[in-house]
Amino acid sequence: MIRVDGRSDSPSLIRVRGLNKTYRRGGENIQVLQGLNLDVDQADFVAFMGPSGSGKTTLLNLLGGLDVPSAGSITVAGDEITHMSASKLTQWRARHVGFIFQMYNLIPVLTAFQNVELPLLLTKLSKSERRKHVETALGVVGLSDRMNHFPRQLSGGQEQRVTIARAIVSDPTFLLCDEPTGDLDRKSADEIMALIEELVGKYHKTVLMVTHDPVVAARAHTTLHLDKGVLVEAERKGVLVGGVA
Amino acid sequence: MKFNRFIFANLFRKKIRLILTIGSFAVALFLFTFLAVVRSAFSRGTELAGADRLVVINRAGLINVIPLSYRDKILQIKGVKAVTHNNWFGGVYQDEKNFFPQFVIDPENQRQVMTEMRVPDDEWNNFVKDRQGAVVGAGLAKRFGWKVGDRLPIKNALYGPTKTWEFVLDGIYHNDHPGGDESQFWLQWKYFDETIPAVIKSQVGWYVVKLDSPDDAVPVAAAIDKGFANSSTETKTETESAFAAGFAKQLGNIELLILTIGGVVFFTLLLVTGNTMAISVRERVGELAVLKAIGYPDRYVLFFVLSEALVIALIGGLIGLGLAVLAIPVVGAALRGLLPPLLLSVSVLSLGLAFAVFVGVASGLLPGIGAMRLRVVDALRRV
Repeated sequence: MIRVDGRSDSPSLIRVRGLNKTYRRGGENIQVLQGLNLDVDQADFVAFMGPSGSGKTTLLNLLGGLDVPSAGSITVAGDEITHMSASKLTQWRARHVGFIFQMYNLIPVLTAFQNVELPLLLTKLSKSERRKHVETALGVVGLSDRMNHFPRQLSGGQEQRVTIARAIVSDPTFLLCDEPTGDLDRKSADEIMALIEELVGKYHKTVLMVTHDPVVAARAHTTLHLDKGVLVEAERKGVLVGGVA
Repeated sequence: MKFNRFIFANLFRKKIRLILTIGSFAVALFLFTFLAVVRSAFSRGTELAGADRLVVINRAGLINVIPLSYRDKILQIKGVKAVTHNNWFGGVYQDEKNFFPQFVIDPENQRQVMTEMRVPDDEWNNFVKDRQGAVVGAGLAKRFGWKVGDRLPIKNALYGPTKTWEFVLDGIYHNDHPGGDESQFWLQWKYFDETIPAVIKSQVGWYVVKLDSPDDAVPVAAAIDKGFANSSTETKTETESAFAAGFAKQLGNIELLILTIGGVVFFTLLLVTGNTMAISVRERVGELAVLKAIGYPDRYVLFFVLSEALVIALIGGLIGLGLAVLAIPVVGAALRGLLPPLLLSVSVLSLGLAFAVFVGVASGLLPGIGAMRLRVVDALRRV
């Protein structure tokens, strides 16, 4: 169950307390996130919505260990990540986070198989073990027959499936999706969302997703609305559960 | 290694750029190797010069002669073991482009002084007895396909009216030093002195003095020059290596010229490759950011960029060195007589390879550090 009041006593998979992020731009301090609290459990599916500049992507970057907060703490599966060194954070990302980007960001000179294999090259798995994992991941996203295709030979939806396979191949603790359907037509977007739902429902993956699209957000268990760096509203499957600011 | 495929796939993403960069490396390495070989050819005379030999020339310059009578006076100086003398002959064999050095030698003392140039005894004895005899280096004999017994007409205009001097090839010398000179033509002093006009008879071009010990070089040189001071023909005596270095310098400061060209090649190559790598990294900022996002440490990103630069350098370098191996003997043959023999040694090839590796690493270093320091959040925002 997702909570945003910071009062959860039971241990949650992702626990955020008093998160602040301030940027300095042109001699001025810009507060992007202000005292944000969040508890996310295993197999939760959360969507973050809000206008541009509301802090959605910043929140995602902080949760993924790509950026460090100005204040507050983030704890994932018992690991407090806010005080980790850059190299520790890199190791932590490799083990715990699967990233799915709007622009896919596949390596164009590698095949689908090789792209999905990239995170596993950092592990001690043997070549045959890596192959097994990659085939499984590509099977989950329905691209077993496109393994040896290069990104340019795939449709946008298929490229995003490869990105999802790359995100799940190392079996991370949670997935972070930044506008995963932002570059896709409605049909492909529906297919991608069905796949993400399957990852949550069938494989019990925890997913945190940023989107501008209310239709896409409606597929999540909970949608959290951000505005000017604070959570202002929460919906559970389309039902408003109250203001949280 | 498990990253090979990734590194090579990245290398081939812009094939034309890759080919052009490798081509730049190959040309630069060829030029580098060629310059190194030319430099080594010019300095070889100095390296191979006998440490126990002095050269005595006319103080006014090498083109001025010295009386033959000086020989006996030089021989009397303490520390002198033997003395021989030479003249520049300067003839033409068939055509002016067939240039090779021709020296008038003193058969009685030549072998005592120039000990590294070996002629079989039977051939030498024939030469000594043959007024019109000649001895040539093995390289020269090979160049023109000469063999012992051949008649060799050499046209000469330096000593009186132009006339053809007839010689018989009596012997072939080999140099004990690897890479040592085997391109000379020797003729008899007696034949030369008898044939030239009376006004220039009994004058030698220079003396070569063999010492009892290399340690005697400085005092003996000083004693020779002192002995002829204030005479009509003063002398200048120096070690053979100093003489060879001075002779090479008459052609200009070859060393400086070669080092300057080499430096320009080095920096141009560094800039070309560095620019290529910088463009390549800039084009892939998003991909590198994704690699870092999914857990690739900074040092891996640096390693990928450096590896690409190194592979380009090695492929280009090996092609350039291969070209040098094929071309230098051909160029050397074409320039025979104009330049000392061009020998491509293993040490020059190793130096070329080290040069390629150094430029490869240096050119990849700055773009690699830039990629390493890339902030994932900033880079993804740019995509």
